[in-house]
Amino acid sequence: MTLDKAKRGQILKILNIPDAKIKAQAIRFGISEGEMVVCSEVIPLGPIIIRKNNQEIALGRNLAKQITVISN
Amino acid sequence: MSKCCHSVDLDIPPESKKIVLAGNPNSGKSVLFNALTGMYVDVSNYPGTTLEISYGKYSDDTVIIDTPGVYGISSFNDEERIARDIILDADIVINIVNALHLERDLFLTQQIIDTGLPVVVALNMMDEAERQGLKIDVELLSSMLGVKVIPTVAVEKKGLEELKNNIFNATPGKPTPGIEEKIKEMELQTASRGETLLILEGDPIVAQRNQVPPGDMQEEIYLKRRQRVNAIVDKVVKFTKEKSDFKERLSSLMIRPLTGIPIFLLAMWIMYEVIGVFIAQTVVEITEETIMQGYYEPFITGLLSKWITVDSATWHILAGEFGLFTMPVIYLLGLLMPLVVGFYLLLSIFEDSGYLPRVAVLADRVLTNIGLNGRAVIPIILGFGCVTMATIVTRILGSDRERRIAIFLLGLTIPCSAQLGVIAGMLAGLGPQYVILYVIIIFSILASVGTLLNAALPGKSTDLFIDVPPLRLPRVDNVLKKTATKSLHFLVEAAPLFALGALIISVSQVTGFLVLIQDLIKPITVGWLGLPKEAATALIMGIVRRDFGAAGLMSLPLNKIQTLVALVTITLFVPCIASIMMLFKERSNKEGLIMWLSSLVIAFLVGGIVSKLSKLANEYLPIYYPIAAFFIALILFSWAISYFKNKLDQYKENLEGVGK
Repeated sequence: MTLDKAKRGQILKILNIPDAKIKAQAIRFGISEGEMVVCSEVIPLGPIIIRKNNQEIALGRNLAKQITVISN
Repeated sequence: MSKCCHSVDLDIPPESKKIVLAGNPNSGKSVLFNALTGMYVDVSNYPGTTLEISYGKYSDDTVIIDTPGVYGISSFNDEERIARDIILDADIVINIVNALHLERDLFLTQQIIDTGLPVVVALNMMDEAERQGLKIDVELLSSMLGVKVIPTVAVEKKGLEELKNNIFNATPGKPTPGIEEKIKEMELQTASRGETLLILEGDPIVAQRNQVPPGDMQEEIYLKRRQRVNAIVDKVVKFTKEKSDFKERLSSLMIRPLTGIPIFLLAMWIMYEVIGVFIAQTVVEITEETIMQGYYEPFITGLLSKWITVDSATWHILAGEFGLFTMPVIYLLGLLMPLVVGFYLLLSIFEDSGYLPRVAVLADRVLTNIGLNGRAVIPIILGFGCVTMATIVTRILGSDRERRIAIFLLGLTIPCSAQLGVIAGMLAGLGPQYVILYVIIIFSILASVGTLLNAALPGKSTDLFIDVPPLRLPRVDNVLKKTATKSLHFLVEAAPLFALGALIISVSQVTGFLVLIQDLIKPITVGWLGLPKEAATALIMGIVRRDFGAAGLMSLPLNKIQTLVALVTITLFVPCIASIMMLFKERSNKEGLIMWLSSLVIAFLVGGIVSKLSKLANEYLPIYYPIAAFFIALILFSWAISYFKNKLDQYKENLEGVGK
């Protein structure tokens, strides 16, 4: 599924980030493909927040639609 | 330009040793920079950008250069390009790392180490890390990175002596495994090791400078570096305490719309009480009336009257109503500065507490409709303080497209604090229905113009992609320092524009040009807007100072409808002359002119529509219905256009997909 479909509290594995630029920035934030993250907040029709350890990242919904994840 | 190939163009003697400060945003870099350099700091505009770089003397033959906060060095944006060039040109890099965010911050650390430059790490905010229950094995971190790591608390000046003693002990660290070989394979004669690394990472600009094609190993190198950083963090960081439940709860309350919107409204209300009531009334009364008009104005006019004949043309230009030594000085220091300081103070508190990124998350949904993302809340909030200041701040936005939309909407629809006070006063006298009507009209223009611009402009705006730091209590000294730096920066940047603006106005007044314009627009004010002909003067005054414009309306005999028409027109009407100058400075002349003319047209168009719609009212149909209906319909209409435009784009994309 894509990240925008994630539900709060779900543990997710990042499978694919298509955009090279976004991918590079995500790796810097510690969120690379294959990494496990927790979906910590979903704003209805708005951004998705994912957490890895102490780090929280907010992604706009359009961006989240492009990222493929799998839920564990 | 320095000898080599970098475009670092600061006024630094070529033989000086360069110590460069590098770190992620909010790592405490500027505090450390100030502590290391003391008073002698130069600030210059980085060539080709709007970013400013600070640098100062460390000793007779050594300078310290600050860099913009970045998460890595590459060519993703202006900040990164500048940080990259300055770092690559360094003799020694002091890398400031936020102890709370090792996982994120060490990526940059490792990237700098991979360039082969001598590095010393300042592990900052150690006190806070301890309070949050993070235990960091500093010695192990140092040996794994292969460079000195000095724990610091920059705001309390803790660890700074030790850092200073160790600057010249900086050494190249241990690079990411596997990178060494790749760099050797490249064997570039012209490029330094750091440049070679960035070429391998596919940096197009560095590659072009060395006349080689950019590499395609960015992802591979980044992933290796990430693995190494994760391995280091796993070994050196221990959690000893569970995270604060209260902070997490508060954080989600701030982000979820149901609770987040009331919290945001509460924050805005506090802002209004502090700035709109306390500063705008109590403080400004002292600064503008007592100090500036009571002491400064008689002093300066008295002084000038010794050399210049009172009431001559020169007198009007220098000391008259809009004189160079009177109006801009009194306006800027007496009225605007207290407001700007107030805005920056509250904004710094919001920023340092971690509230601002949460507001950005909350507002993202709404702002994507008008081609912006959540980050644009910052210039929009600031716009209610001073549009000139907000226009400068649009530099934080992710793309030129977003800046274009934000700057236009700021100038068109956001009334600045100076004007807001007068408008609120006049609206309150009309009754609550008119207040609501005014808000509907202005909001409708903001939403529909933004939506249509977003649909019409080519390209795509960037998506929200931000770090949401943990909530914390802001530190007073940090907040004060930030407020002072930003306010001073505003003063330096805006003062010449206010002076130039005043000069243009007073010359127009002396030469009779102002009266000519007032006569020229009379047909519009009387015929189309249905206002008395003197209203033209108020509109022109609005260009000088937006509050003058609104205040000028107060003396006119207007009925309720006329007041509403006049207030709507003057809100949408072009911003004050300093904002216009800023608009031309930030955008091209052509674009500035288009924006300026468009605000004029929209202001008169909307004012006229309100005036004509009010004629539809009769004893059965109260005036607010047709006006409210029209402007709500306008929003829906713009949404419909944007919706169909999106569908059309998708359809086209699908067609192309099939074609392939």
